[in-house]
Amino acid sequence: MSTPFYVSPQQAMADRAEYARKGIARGRSLVVLQYADGIVFVGENPSRALHKFSEIYDRIGFAAAGKYNEYENLRIGGVRYADLRGYTYDRDDVTARGLANVYAQTLGTIFSSAAEKPYEVELVVAEVGALPEGDQIYRLPHDGSIVDEHGSVAVGGNAEQISSFLDQRHRDGMTLAEALKLAVQALSREPNGGEREIPAERLEVAVLDRTRPQQRKFKRIVGRQLARLLDADGGGAPTDAPSDDETDDSGDSATGRSEAKGSGGTTEPPAED
Amino acid sequence: MEANTRSTGRLPAAFLTPGSSSFMDFLSDHSPDMLPGKRSLPPLQGAIQAPHGTTIVAASFPGGVVLAGDRRATMGNMIAQRDIEKVFPADEYSAVGIAGTAGLAVEMVKLFQLELEHFEKVEGATLSLEGKANRLSTMIRSNLAMAMQGLAVVPLFAGYDVDREKGRIFSYDVTGGRSEEVGFAATGSGSIFARGSMKKLYRDNLTEQQTLTLVVQALYDAADDDSATGGPDVARRIYPIVTVITDEGFRRLTDVESAEIAAAVLERRMEEPDGPRAALL
Repeated sequence: MSTPFYVSPQQAMADRAEYARKGIARGRSLVVLQYADGIVFVGENPSRALHKFSEIYDRIGFAAAGKYNEYENLRIGGVRYADLRGYTYDRDDVTARGLANVYAQTLGTIFSSAAEKPYEVELVVAEVGALPEGDQIYRLPHDGSIVDEHGSVAVGGNAEQISSFLDQRHRDGMTLAEALKLAVQALSREPNGGEREIPAERLEVAVLDRTRPQQRKFKRIVGRQLARLLDADGGGAPTDAPSDDETDDSGDSATGRSEAKGSGGTTEPPAED
Repeated sequence: MEANTRSTGRLPAAFLTPGSSSFMDFLSDHSPDMLPGKRSLPPLQGAIQAPHGTTIVAASFPGGVVLAGDRRATMGNMIAQRDIEKVFPADEYSAVGIAGTAGLAVEMVKLFQLELEHFEKVEGATLSLEGKANRLSTMIRSNLAMAMQGLAVVPLFAGYDVDREKGRIFSYDVTGGRSEEVGFAATGSGSIFARGSMKKLYRDNLTEQQTLTLVVQALYDAADDDSATGGPDVARRIYPIVTVITDEGFRRLTDVESAEIAAAVLERRMEEPDGPRAALL
């Protein structure tokens, strides 16, 4: 029997983290943004059937980057957890905080157990409140840590660059059309600094809309409604919006944009479905 | 289950095991004691006294279906509750009305709603209307042991079939036997009278508004002859629960709307206590 090589715990953990990060980086990034009436999930996804975003419970949505079979497994576990909890107690007792804790424990245990390979996933659990102050967004990296986010969050391979782009431009009280356009702009940025076009049919968009009369606030935005939001207000301010992203004074351009797009934003959400 | 989740903090293995899209299947694997049908029953002598719900009626019209119920729950010869709700949305395009033991029936509806929602979330698609009706059948069957001891639940299921573009009604017997009804159906102790009433008034080309009036007439007739069914309670402003499902989904009439229909029916009954008359020949 040969003597096993000694590997320091620090080195072992660093190797596992490196492995997970590489796996996650192979997938496309996605972003989750707060807007005036809720939370919007935007990602590039060529598949119509295999979703990156989904409903967990009434007010709770789920987004994931990384390996599909692994996050799908976690998603179904989350749906089971939420449904069982709601059935045992009450629908109000199912919270994003509770779910995020369970996910964090699950990912953390897997990450530090030598018997299992670490999951190559990064999750976002978001809950829409009755008011914007009640919104909660939690980011869960592969190692089971948990980060309480506000405003905007990006996960996936190019997350850091997209996050800093969003941090500079996102502000509270954006309309859905504004938030969606900002998200697409952020996702269009290449790691090497260039930009590319993401056609609408490659976008997966979903919202947790607090103004929805139904108990279940999650809704996918597809087809005509998505197209309408993407080119809400055809002329004027929006056409120069893409060129805006080189300017750093977000104050002026932000207020200008909100006025210009206000009309488009108020008409869109209840129009379809 | 819950305690287990808390003790280790991590999702138990059962939660992450790939498998069925059914919440009931998951429960029966993971914590079977939470399923209504899996409880062990003590030996019983005589019937248990528990509140019972009574009359539910449904009628279809071109473009949709209406499901309505009275508001009375009885326990023996006593009125246990005057404003009980016995008609619930099952999901966006279907609803279920319950007659029988109220406590068990409400629990069954809660589990049924969850079953449909769970499937929808896991699969990303909704069950067919037929699939939903069959699922309810299974749930009634699992309650058979309790039904034999007098705690029966007999629901009425109605929904809009988006594939066939029409409203459909399914009635059940206590063993879970399922049959699709054409036009109209009723369940519960007052159902004989409600069915007789609808038999005379129903036509297959009624408008939505006429169908709403039809079911309120039928509930009035049921309350007229069955002591366990409650009529419109004008003094307390308690009116029947009336719901309608069309291609736009489930909608429950507001109290004001159902009060209006009830008031119109009541007013006519002041002149003709037995209600509208059908032609003799």
